[in-house]
Amino acid sequence: MRRQMRSLGLAIGFLAISGATATAGELWSDLAYDLFGDRSLNDGSEVLELEMPVRAQDAAIVPVTLRNLLPPDDPREIRQITLVIEKNPAPVAAEFTIGPDAGLRTLSTRVRVETYTDVYAVAELDDGELYLVETFVKASGGCAAPATRNLQEARATAGQMQFRQFERDPDGAADGLQEIQVQLRHPNNSGLQMDQLTRLYTPAWFVDSLSVWQGEDLLLSMEGGISISEDPTFRFDYRPNGADVLRVEATDTDGNRFEREWRLQTAEL
Amino acid sequence: MPRRYRLLSIFLSCLAGGAALAQDPPLAVEAVAPGVFVHFGQIELMSEANEGGTANLAFILGNSAVAVIDSGGSARQGRRLLATIREHTDLPLAFVINTHGHPDHIFGNVAFEEVGALRIGHENLESFLAARGDYYLRSFAQQLGVSLIEEIRILPPDETVAHERLLDLGDRTLRLQAWPSAHSDSDLTVLDSESGILFAGDLIFVEHIPVIDGSLLGYLEVTRELSELQAQQVVPGHGPLAPWPDAAQKQLTYLEALAADLRAEIAKGTPLERAVETAGNEEAKHWALREAYHQRNATVGYVELEWE
Repeated sequence: MRRQMRSLGLAIGFLAISGATATAGELWSDLAYDLFGDRSLNDGSEVLELEMPVRAQDAAIVPVTLRNLLPPDDPREIRQITLVIEKNPAPVAAEFTIGPDAGLRTLSTRVRVETYTDVYAVAELDDGELYLVETFVKASGGCAAPATRNLQEARATAGQMQFRQFERDPDGAADGLQEIQVQLRHPNNSGLQMDQLTRLYTPAWFVDSLSVWQGEDLLLSMEGGISISEDPTFRFDYRPNGADVLRVEATDTDGNRFEREWRLQTAEL
Repeated sequence: MPRRYRLLSIFLSCLAGGAALAQDPPLAVEAVAPGVFVHFGQIELMSEANEGGTANLAFILGNSAVAVIDSGGSARQGRRLLATIREHTDLPLAFVINTHGHPDHIFGNVAFEEVGALRIGHENLESFLAARGDYYLRSFAQQLGVSLIEEIRILPPDETVAHERLLDLGDRTLRLQAWPSAHSDSDLTVLDSESGILFAGDLIFVEHIPVIDGSLLGYLEVTRELSELQAQQVVPGHGPLAPWPDAAQKQLTYLEALAADLRAEIAKGTPLERAVETAGNEEAKHWALREAYHQRNATVGYVELEWE
């Protein structure tokens, strides 16, 4: 996956130089082939929901929510979800891997959207089948827009983490799932901002992997790029396994490693 | 040169001069106090039709020099402002003060390059423009149109203000103050004690909804501090002349309501996309251009307050 992201990264540069414009759907078919080869992409409307605003309020902070639509009695599980923002300079926003017993049904994060674009989500199930859903987002400048904090401040705070455990709605608590959010302070610099004075580009510096564990069990891992917003944020539900420790590990393109653990509040039965 | 050719060349250069004047007619300005002139921008988004003229621009006459506060949203606007100034005075144009780095306030800088004015801004303005200049030129190209955008160059300040600086215009002193991140990361105010007028740049909005492009918490703090400055009236970055500190109070009401609602939603665990649908909506109703900016303000504020 990393190899694919790098080669797509190189493809960005070519597209930027050539000013290539794609006709509707053209770019996606190339991306889909790079990611999935000849594998067929089934209609995912009964499998996965992709929710994003039609018009982004802030192109650098666009909320996206993925929901597992498989009925509870369906034995199949979603193993991976790939999120592709077609017209972004780095279109493969993230690849999420869901832990085998995680029980994850809903996953939210925030992304950058560079221009009006189709957005695709492909779920891979444990039977090896792929399911595709898509939506359309109106936004502009999310990737080239500058980071909120200056680089000095960003270097000082990068790696700080936050964790929240949400109270479950008593009416919905029957699913036995807990909901949490992990956040990592990081500029997630795209490397696309040019310094007007030096004519040099501010180097890319972004979180390329993040994983969340409850005890020894993987809940969620992400391989991502510059389409994930500054201060990568992941909110999701999961089935508690009784472990009382939640661990987050992350790496960035500067070779930094971030790790943090929190005590989980286990449910009172 | 034979006499008839000299006459012809004089005639032609008059025509050329006349054509230049016709090309860049002066802007409408109001004398808000003796020696203090303000062009009030349109309360709308920048466009080709309004020539990017959506911000308030001002110039102040001392005994020996003129200072300009913000140069406009296009080179065209800048030239028109310069033409306006030349209608009022022959005094040297000593300073072009940029209250911050947003396009509607700095795109006109290029029009003042040749008159030798010193460009002054916040100590962060240079890096602000370095990071965003290119992006602004590209992203505003469509809004302003090719003929307006192609003349614009991003010109950083010649000198910067870290905390405070006094400018002497000849028996008239302007007090420039730099502020921490609020509306933007490059906010500067100008106080003219002679008229008792505070030129707040986009640190203060009147009628036009405040826009948060720096920090919501910073904006709250700076608005409170500003409200303690001794002035009678404020020229905001957008909107009419207003009594001071009343204008600060109104802005605080909006920002405080937004912050309070966001904090409540965050505490409840409301996700970002739901929270911005309702936070601060009651107060937003009192402000123009809320459809363009309010939910964006809420988005910026939400992700900031999450880390409190």
